[in-house]
Amino acid sequence: MATTLPLSTRNFSPARRVATAATGESAAVRWVLIGLAVSFLTLFIFLPLAIVFSQAFAKGIGVYWASLLEPDALSAIRLTLLAAGIAVPLNLVFGVAAAWAIGKFEFFGKSLLITLIDLPFSVSPVVAGLIYVLLFGLQGVLGPWLSRHDLQIIFAVPGIVLATIFVTFPFVARELIPLLQAQGQEEEEAALALGASGWQTFFRVSLPNIKWGLLYGVILCNARAMGEFGAVSVVSGHIRGRTNTMPLHVEILYNEYQFSAAFAVASVLALLALATLLVKTVVEWRARRQQAESARWNGEEQIA
Amino acid sequence: MSIEAKNISKKFGQFAALDNVSLKIPSGELVALLGPSGSGKTTLLRIIAGLEFADSGTILFDGEDTTHRTARDRRVGFVFQHYALFRHMTVFENIAFGLQVRPRNVRPSKEQIHDKVHELLRLIQLKNLAGRYPSQLSGGQRQRVALARALAVEPSVLLLDEPFGSLDAKVRLELRRWLRQLHDEVHITSVFVTHDQEEALEVSDRVAVMNEGRIEQVGSPDEVYHHPNTPFVYNFLGSVNLFHGRMDDETPAIQEAETGDLVYVRPHLLEIQRQPNGGSHFRATIKHINSAGPLVKVEALSEWGAPVQVEMSQEKFHELQLAKEEAVFIIPKELKVFHKAL
Repeated sequence: MATTLPLSTRNFSPARRVATAATGESAAVRWVLIGLAVSFLTLFIFLPLAIVFSQAFAKGIGVYWASLLEPDALSAIRLTLLAAGIAVPLNLVFGVAAAWAIGKFEFFGKSLLITLIDLPFSVSPVVAGLIYVLLFGLQGVLGPWLSRHDLQIIFAVPGIVLATIFVTFPFVARELIPLLQAQGQEEEEAALALGASGWQTFFRVSLPNIKWGLLYGVILCNARAMGEFGAVSVVSGHIRGRTNTMPLHVEILYNEYQFSAAFAVASVLALLALATLLVKTVVEWRARRQQAESARWNGEEQIA
Repeated sequence: MSIEAKNISKKFGQFAALDNVSLKIPSGELVALLGPSGSGKTTLLRIIAGLEFADSGTILFDGEDTTHRTARDRRVGFVFQHYALFRHMTVFENIAFGLQVRPRNVRPSKEQIHDKVHELLRLIQLKNLAGRYPSQLSGGQRQRVALARALAVEPSVLLLDEPFGSLDAKVRLELRRWLRQLHDEVHITSVFVTHDQEEALEVSDRVAVMNEGRIEQVGSPDEVYHHPNTPFVYNFLGSVNLFHGRMDDETPAIQEAETGDLVYVRPHLLEIQRQPNGGSHFRATIKHINSAGPLVKVEALSEWGAPVQVEMSQEKFHELQLAKEEAVFIIPKELKVFHKAL
C-alpha cells in the first residue's frame, strides 16, 4: 500500500501525490470500508444467489429439469418472453422518439413530458397494475364496452403486456436523453446539408452515435420486463398455464411448498439477470472506451 | 452562383439576431462575414445555407427564390466550426457520404465515388489517411476533411462557419492561405464567417463587417481598412486610439474635450518625437515598451492622463533610444474623425 511506503520510494506524479495526501485515508479506515462493502454484498447478493442455485438442485438435476419442462412452467417462460418481446421493441421505438424530441427540440411542455416519462419509476407497480384494472376491468371505465365486444384485457395476456410496457417505458428514454442533449445536432445538420434524407440521417448518422446508450437502455428495459412482479400480479389473475409469468409462477410454486421447483424457475430468472449483467458490463465497457475517444477528440478541439 | 440576401430579419426569442440585412455576393467571389460574437454573422450564414429560416426577407440563388428550400435542396457545401465529421466513419466514408446518400438513379457508381474521393484526398493532401477515423486526426486535418466532404457533392456555394476558429495560430495561417489557393483554383462562390479581422482581410475578395445584427460596411479589404464608414468598422479592423477632439480651423487637433468629435488614430500612425514639429501634437510620458516582434509597441500616458498606444519600426526605435518615464511629444500623422452626429 502506497501510504505505508516511505515517501521517497513512491513513484507518483506530484499531482497524484497531492491528491492522495489531501483525500487519502489511513489503511485501517480503508480496510474497514472495503470489509463492510464486501460483507454486505456477500450477505445480500452472493449468499441468496448461491441459495437459489443450491435449492434448485437440492433434489437432483432430474427434478430440476422436470420442474422447468413441466407445461405450466414452460407456459410461464413463454409468456414472460412474449411480454418482454412486445414491451421491449415498443419501448425502444417510444424511447427513441421521446428522447429525440426532448434532446433535439425546444417545445412547450418539455419538462412536463420528462416528468411523465419518469412517472413509472415513482409510482408503485401495484398502483400501475390497479390503473389498468380500473380502466379495463369488468367494473372499470371501459369494461362494459370491452365485454360487449368480447375483448378481454384484464386477467389475460394483453393486460400483462400493457402492465409490462407501463413499468418499463422510462428505461430507453432516460438513457438516451442526456446522450442526445450532449451530442447536439451538428452531425445531423452536416448530413442534411450533404443531401441526406431524414431517414438516411437517422440510420447512418444519429443511430450509430447513440447505439451503446440505446443498447444499454434496452438491456435494462428487458431485465425489468422479465422480472416485473407487482404490476403484472395485479392484472394477471394467476391462471396457471395461461396468465402466469415466471415471477408469478415462482410465487405460486413457493406458496405450494414446491421449493425445488420454485427455485428451479427462480434460477432461470437469476441466470437471465446474470446474463443481462454480463452484457451490460460489456456494453458499458465498450461505450466508455468510445466516450473516452470522443472526449479526447473534443478535448483536442478545444486546445487546437 | 450568385447569392443575394434581401431584408433578412431573424429573432431568437427577444433577441434580434439579424435586423433587416441585405447582402449581394457575386458569383465566384470569396466573401468574409466579419464581426464580433453575437453580431449575427453565423445566423446569416445558416440562413443562406437553409439550416435556419429567416422570420422575414428572401434568399436568392442566381436570382431564383430559395427562401423556403431546405439545406438538402439548396446544394450548398457547409463547413462547421467544430467540423461535425461523422465520428463513426473513416475519412473515406465521411467524404463519400454526400455521394452515397443520393437517390439510386443519380448516385455515381462505386468506382466513380472511389475516384472522386481520392481526387479530393489528393486536393487536401491527406491521401494516406483515407482509413483513419476523425478521432485519429489533428484539428487541421479534420478541417480539411470537412472541406473535402463539403466539396464532394459539387455544391454551387461553399459556406464556412468560423472554419479556422478552433485551430492553433500556425495551422490557421497555413490553412487560410490554402483556402485562398483552393478558391483561386475552383472558383466556387464562397462565404466564410470569422471574428478575426486579419483573416478576413487576408483571405477574402470582399468583407462584410457586421455588428449587432446589421451590416456596417461591405467592401474590398482595402476599402474597409482604409476608408471605414463607421467608428465600429474602424475600431474593429485593427487596434486604435480613441480621442475626443475638436476641429480647429479645418485641421483636427487632439485635445481633451468632452463634447468634441471622435478622433481615431491607429497606433502606427502616431509618431514619437523629442521636439514638437510645429503641427498638431501633444505631450506624453512613456510608460511601457514592448520590443518583441516586428514592431515596437510603446504605451504612453497623454498629458490629460489617457493611455496611448504607439507602434513604430525597430529602426525608428533604435534611432530614438526611448526610455521609460521619458517625456516626449506625440504627433499624429493621420487622423480619422467621426463627427458626433447623435
